[in-house]
Formats: sequence, structure tokens, C-alpha cells
Amino acid sequence: MKRILILVAVLLAAWPLAPTGAATPKDTVVMAKQIDDIISMDPAESFEFSGSEAIGNIYERLIGYDLKNVSQLKGELAEAWSVAEDGKTYTFKMRKNARFHSGNPVTAKDAAWSLQRAVALNKSPGFILTQFGFTKDNMASRIRAVDDQTLVIEAADAVAPTFFYYCLTAIVGGVVDSKVVQGHEKAGDFGNEWLKTNSAGSGPFKLVSWKANEAYTLERADNYWGATKALPRRVVVRHVPEPATQRLLLEKGDVDYARNLTKDQVDALKGNTAIAIQQAPKGAILYLGLNQKNPNLAKPEVREALKWLVDYDGMEQTILRPQFVVHQAFLPRGFLGAVEERPYRFDLERAKALLARAGLPNGFSVTMDTRNNSPIIDIAQAIQASWAKAGVKLEIIPGDGKQTLTKYRARNHDIYIGQWGPDYQDPHTNAETFAMNVDNTDNAKSKTLAWRNSWDIPEMSKTTQAAVRERDAKKREAMYQALQREHQKTSPFVIMFQQSEVLAHPKTVEGFIMGPSFDNNLYHAIKK
Amino acid sequence: MLLSVAGTFLGLLFVTFFFGRVVPIDPVLAAVGDRAPAEVYERVKRELGLDRPLPEQFARYVGQVVRGDFGRSVLTSNPVLVDIKRFFPATLELATVATLIGVVLGIPIGVLAAVNRGRWWDHAIRVLGLMGYSVPVFWLGLVGLLLFYARLGWVAGPGRLDVAFDDLVPPLTGVILLDSALAGEWEVFVSALRHVILPASILGYFSLAYVSRMTRSFMLAELGKEYVTTARVKGLSERRVVWRHALGNVMVPLVTVVALAYANLLEGSVLTETVFAWPGLGQYITSSLLSADMNAVLGGTIVVGTIFIGLNLLSDLLYRVVDPRAR
Repeated sequence: MKRILILVAVLLAAWPLAPTGAATPKDTVVMAKQIDDIISMDPAESFEFSGSEAIGNIYERLIGYDLKNVSQLKGELAEAWSVAEDGKTYTFKMRKNARFHSGNPVTAKDAAWSLQRAVALNKSPGFILTQFGFTKDNMASRIRAVDDQTLVIEAADAVAPTFFYYCLTAIVGGVVDSKVVQGHEKAGDFGNEWLKTNSAGSGPFKLVSWKANEAYTLERADNYWGATKALPRRVVVRHVPEPATQRLLLEKGDVDYARNLTKDQVDALKGNTAIAIQQAPKGAILYLGLNQKNPNLAKPEVREALKWLVDYDGMEQTILRPQFVVHQAFLPRGFLGAVEERPYRFDLERAKALLARAGLPNGFSVTMDTRNNSPIIDIAQAIQASWAKAGVKLEIIPGDGKQTLTKYRARNHDIYIGQWGPDYQDPHTNAETFAMNVDNTDNAKSKTLAWRNSWDIPEMSKTTQAAVRERDAKKREAMYQALQREHQKTSPFVIMFQQSEVLAHPKTVEGFIMGPSFDNNLYHAIKK
Repeated sequence: MLLSVAGTFLGLLFVTFFFGRVVPIDPVLAAVGDRAPAEVYERVKRELGLDRPLPEQFARYVGQVVRGDFGRSVLTSNPVLVDIKRFFPATLELATVATLIGVVLGIPIGVLAAVNRGRWWDHAIRVLGLMGYSVPVFWLGLVGLLLFYARLGWVAGPGRLDVAFDDLVPPLTGVILLDSALAGEWEVFVSALRHVILPASILGYFSLAYVSRMTRSFMLAELGKEYVTTARVKGLSERRVVWRHALGNVMVPLVTVVALAYANLLEGSVLTETVFAWPGLGQYITSSLLSADMNAVLGGTIVVGTIFIGLNLLSDLLYRVVDPRAR
């Protein structure tokens, strides 16, 4: 029966498509994407990939960065910025011509209120701002508009200025139209309830509607203040959960972009001359976390042996490309201080020797909690096969994403196969989680990835803290490079791959800008 | 009667609630994500009432439901009732068209199989029914899309409407076929029909398989009864004997069969909804369950429970219509 089903599917797949029916409207861009992660369209609340992308097209921040060279900061709503000698006081000069969609001018008061509301609401991304010491009680004095054009922000401690600036480039730093939002405040909610499904920004698009698990629609802001107005009049992003369905919609011309295609589908589309594939590296890192509570995994030789037992290139070529490429350091390519070295490759003899030195010449048994979706489960199976060659018997425990994550957060795993995306564009975001653990007790306040794997590293934590305070950008870069090299040698993290986002579109449609982060996937230059 | 309905609901909620809490998923994760600092995590846990003992959480929830407050879904940020009002009509539309297809084709096919028992007709129909049970709906949906949408171009693709018609008709009932007809927007109606016909046919095929098999069994039992022989002896035409007398008597149990098939579809079919990007109740409840979003799961459970109880009552009423002895 199974063979017959496969045969029918193959025959149908080989049959040429019927001529394309009515294409999508000329002035409307339609995308098929998995968008069920969105829980809000409020920049102070949204912290999911899909929500960040939509919000990145609606709201602007004080500063951004050059998408081709992330180390170059550029003004968005601020035209100039500086830090005082004390290293704590930052001053931003606002542009005079910027306007919200409502027609209201964008002022320093709007910027101050936007940052204050994010601090006061303190939703999931709130920590990106509150880590600088802002609280509900001190925010009015520490984040203040001196006049319409001047914003002054006082952090609690002197940190690397780049660290502070990059945090402001995150979605949570989006500036909202304070007059409009205050008009929709209810019971001191800073307009949060209203902004979940409405917008009050100054970017190239405004939000028409967001229906959870169904679609969101953006419309061009015709009164956009910037030099280049958006080309499409409307952008409709529909929730299409199944990648195979996304591909069909694309090939039939019913959508302009398919956003979640798997490797097989991308490979198949390469034969279609009407379709183009576009891809760009994103910050997410795929890694194995080895829990140091497990006595075998706590042995340095075992940690190193497992790193030599992964067939990085084989996996990239057979199951992962183009979605993931080999990368072995905790900072993704494109970040300040990122290193490109790949010290590890599959080397069975070296791994066996290390295991023997650890007193485990015949290997050992261990479990791995694995999300039951592709390609995670495929990676787990490939690792299971390569580890078996050295006698390491890996039992894969499949589970739903939140189920495995719950276990990981409680430190009840042996090995966890995880994916980690940076919260903002500064190296500290990943350094803090992969290389800092100031309190390894179960009730620790800060539960970083190092903590989750019970990796007690007082010295490395101090180095990580020093790097975030280093004000000289060159020195800071060198500190992160050294930190990563040490981390590669000793850590209980087998860092394997960096994500690359892939999308497919007809050759007649172009101009989607794919930035290094999901919030700079931009729609305004798409033309059909 | 009212007491037994209330008891059924309470039992349903109790079981769902405790199963939901036993699942090893941290419900706070769905609300705050993996990155939130400890104090945000703890605050949200308190706000959701998850720091309270389980019986207290359950009592609070039931108290809220009695006051008409189903809580808020953490996955969509909407009040659960608002979500259900949006997702249920999509499922209702799909399930109703699917059931119509299942009944309109399934009953005659079942009758024909019974009348032609043992002949090639009967075998062909049984094979058709068997396939309906055994072929995975996910596969059938994808192949259906590949054939009728991508290759032949007979039907529209996934989703409920063409993009050009989005938000054109005011959502009076949420059932687009009905709303567009009421508004006289016939182009929208045709677009909606072109979109619903394939997923409804796939689901309808499963109903058809069930309804036709049940009809066949009921009819075989009925055709062997003495009154059928008497009718034939009296010289009634075979058509009259089968379609009027025998089928008339079979209608009573068939009402229950159809009601159950309809109720099953109204729960939402998560796989069909996934393949066809159909924003229905099945996807909503499943994704909520996988995130331990209990307000949404319990709200969905209440809806499904109401459907089952309502359709049971309806089939009881229909007995009286189709069977004079029950009046």
C-alpha cells in the first residue's frame, strides 16, 4: 500500500503544472509563511521571529546598523548620538523631519515615552532595556526628553557604548506615536492592549490587520517621511503551516514568496526556471548542550571526544544545506568578534583515544532530548550513527518543542539539541548565555545556557563581564575572539551550525531585503 | 436534564484540566518565551494563577466560566471567546460542506451496495470505503492539492479566499459562504466555494466511507425483513421497496450515524486544516495543547462538548420527525 501511495505521489509530482491562474494583484505582495508564533504586534511585547519581522517594517528605532556591515551603526530617527565621559550618559539628537503615520512629528518625547513604556510593561523583551538599570521608578528621570529634539538616557553602569547602542537597535527600542497610543490607554496599560493589533509607527508600512494563526496585512504608508517610499501598496502574509503547501502556492503563482521551504523542496525548485532562491545568514546557532550533572559528560576528555565525533560536513551536505552551514563558535558570523575557525571535524581515532583516556574505551550510554521536527530529528539520528562508531550509545528522546525545553530548563536532561538566536545584535547576547554562569545553584536568578548545562565557570564569567564593559571596540573584539577559542576547547557545548534563511520567489518578483536579523527582513523594495 | 448536561460539562472540564496539567510542559513558557528573565517569569506565573494549588486553579476557572469569562489565550493574546468566534465558523463551514458531500453521496452508494450485494458494484464500493478508512488524510490532502489545484487547476488553493477578496465581506456569521451570499457578493461566494470544495471533498470522503458502510449494513438487515418480502409480493416496484420502505426505516439509525460523523468533523480536523492552511478549531486546539495554553484548550473543549451534546439532542428530535412511533 505504502509503495502504491509513493508511486502515485511521484507520478503526480512529475506531471507538469497547469498554466498559472490569476496571479496575485500587481500592487500586492503575498507571502506564505508559518506565523503562528506571533503573540502581539506591540514592539514592547513582541519577541518572536515573525512578529519582529512585521514590526521591523512598521516601526523605526533611534539607531540601526548597516545590513551589509553590522559594525557600522546608522541613524534612523536620531541623526546624531554621543556618550559622555562618565560612560553612562547618552544623548540623542532627533531628526527634525520625521513623521508618524498619523502626521504627528517624531520627537524626543515620543522616543522617551516609548522606551519608558517598554521598561514599565517589562514584557519578554523588556530585559534588553532593564539590564541597564532602568526601572518603573527611575525611568522618568533616567530616560528624559530635554526638548523636542534631544533625548538623554542615563544607564546605571558604564558599559561598552556599542553594547548599549546595539540594544537600542532591537525591536523593543521601536518608537511609537505617544499621542495616538496614549489615546488608547486603558487602566494604565500604556496602550498595550490596543497596540497588540494596531500600529502607530513611522516606518514604510502600517498595520491593517493581524488575525492570529491566519494572516497579517500591511499597507504602504503614503505619507512616509523617508526618502524612499515602499513600492508595494499591500503586503499580505498568510499563515501556511505546511511547507509542501507553500511550494504549491508559489509554483501556481498564488503567492510571491514561500518562506519555510525544506531542503527537499528547495532542491526540487532548483529545476524550475521561473523560480529564484534567495538566502542570507541569520544569527541562530544549532548546538548540543552536555549536562555536567552527568558524570561521564563532565569529563573534559569526553566533551572533547564528542566534538570530534560529529560529522559536521556530512550533515551539512546531506540534510541541512542551504538552511544551515557549519559554524563552531558561539558568535554567529557577522557579529563583532565572531571567529570563523572550525577546529573540529569527524575524527574517529582521536575520539576513541580521548574516550580511552577518560576511562571509557568501550563508550557509554546517554540520552538526548530532541524536538520531533525536521531537521532536528534528522541531525539527532546522524549524530546517533556517528557516535555509535566509538561505542557511544545515544538514545534519542523525541518530544514537542515546549516539552523538551521544559525539561532542559529544569536541568533534567543528559544532552539537549538546541537552537539559539541572539536577542540583539551585540556579542554580549550570546556570550552572556554561552559563557557566563555566576551562580550554579538550582535557585540561581540568572539561568543562562551555561547554567542549564550545570557548567560552573567563575573565571570565564568574569572574562565575559569584562568584555561587556570594555569601551575600546578593538580590544573588545579581541576579548570575544579569545573567549570563543577557549570556549571551543573546554565548553560542554558542541556548536555545529549557523542558520541561513532561505526563501523562494518567482524571478519576476524581487527586492526582498534579508538582513542578519529577522527584524531587518524588509519589504519596502519588493517590486513585481 | 439540565443537571446531567452541567455534570457532563464539569466532568469534561475536570478531565481536560488535569490532563493538561499533567503534561510535562511549562505553561509559562508559552506566555513569556524562553528568554524572559526570572522576575518576568515569576510575575507572569503569578498573573496566570499557576502558583496556586491545582484544585484552587480549577475552581477559579470554573467560577470564571460560569460568569461567562473563558480567560485569555496566551498564544494569540485574545480572549478565548474571540478566538473561538473566529476559528469555529471556519470549521463549521468546512464540516458542513464535507458532511453534505458525505451524506448526499454516501447514502445512495450504501443503498446500491446493499441492493447489489456480492456483485462487483458492492466490492468496488467496499474497496472505496476501505480506502477511505486506511489512506492517511494528510497524504490524500497533498495529493488532492497536487492533482486538482496544481495540475488540473479545477479548484483554488489553500486558504479560505483569494487574497483579492480578503476583508471584502463583513463577517456577519464568520461562515464566508453564508456571509458573501447574504451580502450578495457572488464573486466572493464563488471564490470561497472554489477554496472549500477540495478540503471538504477530502473530509467528505471519510464521512462518505463511514456513512456508506453503515447504510449498507442497515439496509442489508432491513431488506431481509418480512415486510420487504410482503411489499415485493404485493407487486410494489423494486425502486419503491428499496428507496421508500426499506430506506425509510433505516433513516432512524442513520440520523445518529450522520450526527456523529458531523460532530467528529466539527471538532476540527487538524491535519486537513494544516495542509489546506484552513484557520479552524482543530489547529487552534492542537497548537494550544502543545503549548499548555489551558484557557484555549478548555474553551475549545467546551465548544466541542456543546457540539456533541447539541447534536445528540438534535438527533433525538429528528427521530421524532422520521419515525412516527417515536412521536
